[in-house]
Amino acid sequence: MKHLIDPTDLTVQEIDDILDLAIDIINDKEKYQDACKRKKLATLFFEPSTRTRLSFEAAMMELGGNVLGFSSADSSSTAKGESVGDTIRTVGCYADIIAMRHPKEGAPLLGSFVSEVPIINAGDGGHNHPTQTLTDLLTIKREKGRLNNFTIGLCGDLKFGRTVHSLIKALSRYEGIKYVLISPNELKVPEYIITEVFKKNNIEYKEVTTMEEVMDELDIIYMTRVQKERFFNEADYIRLKDTYILDKSKLKTAKPDLSILHPLPRVNEISTDVDSDPRACYFRQALNGKYVRMALIMTMLEVTV
Amino acid sequence: MKIESIQNGIVLDHITAGKALLVYHDLGLDKLDCSIGLLQNVKSSKMGKKDILKIHQMYDINLDVLGYIDPDITVSIIKDGQTIEKKKLKLPERLTNIKKCKNPRCITSVEQDIPHIFKLTDEENRIYRCIYCEADK
Repeated sequence: MKHLIDPTDLTVQEIDDILDLAIDIINDKEKYQDACKRKKLATLFFEPSTRTRLSFEAAMMELGGNVLGFSSADSSSTAKGESVGDTIRTVGCYADIIAMRHPKEGAPLLGSFVSEVPIINAGDGGHNHPTQTLTDLLTIKREKGRLNNFTIGLCGDLKFGRTVHSLIKALSRYEGIKYVLISPNELKVPEYIITEVFKKNNIEYKEVTTMEEVMDELDIIYMTRVQKERFFNEADYIRLKDTYILDKSKLKTAKPDLSILHPLPRVNEISTDVDSDPRACYFRQALNGKYVRMALIMTMLEVTV
Repeated sequence: MKIESIQNGIVLDHITAGKALLVYHDLGLDKLDCSIGLLQNVKSSKMGKKDILKIHQMYDINLDVLGYIDPDITVSIIKDGQTIEKKKLKLPERLTNIKKCKNPRCITSVEQDIPHIFKLTDEENRIYRCIYCEADK
């Protein structure tokens, strides 16, 4: 049995197979409508979520399966002091697969140590978010037609942004990708990403503090939100939250085939006047999230049609 | 001062000068009932000066703890006054319940009964990371 805790738990071949399956699902949805009939997905969300939880649930429903779970820690036995391990052991009695989000980093890994059913990490604190990464990879593959040889700018909160950490780890295994890290000094990527991903693998990267200075170099810009829930000090959040706002004027120097990605939700880091620009991919990205989760659920349940 | 030679026990030699007390504490030697000799700042041709610990009892020593503190320490097992084995240390691949993760965002900060486990991710720079949150110690 395999769990998905870290994006690198999947080999490049496994990722490519999941993306291919997702594209096949997109092209022939009816073929997969009963793929997970009589299977149950438990969505254990100890932290609020809209897209991830609903896309998991929609994905399982579109595969003909059923869904159970909770959407906040307050409505689970965690409120009574139950440990993560006990919750996972219990839910494993009722479900065939678990998607779990938790505010504390490493909680899904801890769950995987005791689980009798596959665990999918649906986000753990500021650490990892591998299914968002699969969503991002599917979006890049569909928008660019490839997963190699491009320059990607990652902009915003690169310190606590788990989607950024997971995406960098996953993309580091593909050839010819240059990284431009755009963030204020306080929200730079953690040192371990620099040393253990970029330097260790001789990957080209640079760190800058404004998006304007690099906009014309980028094939993809991945915007992120400065997340209020990651700050212990509200004053720091208020000082940093509006550092980067992508609007039409900043896109003047951008390539005509730039792809603008955002894991969503956004607050104001992408102006709504960008939404109508054909280069804005973020709502297509949200849709891709459902299809790639369908492919992932099928893969982890070892279901074929 | 007279330090008795060991008949049966363990000698930890080539401890970096000043670190013997740390080794003594982290190995839990205070819980042993035997004689223990602790020599500090002993002259050494190789190191200039060094510390030595002499434990007058056979003891199942935690080599992971020792390797983590200083992989250059030499461990000699003494029986009937003779060295019967020298153990080589290396940086352990994993540390279990030797150090605690200090990241307040880590699951270990709220779940009391789980082991604190670190894995070696960069041998050259001796970097260990928490397996749960990947913070370094």
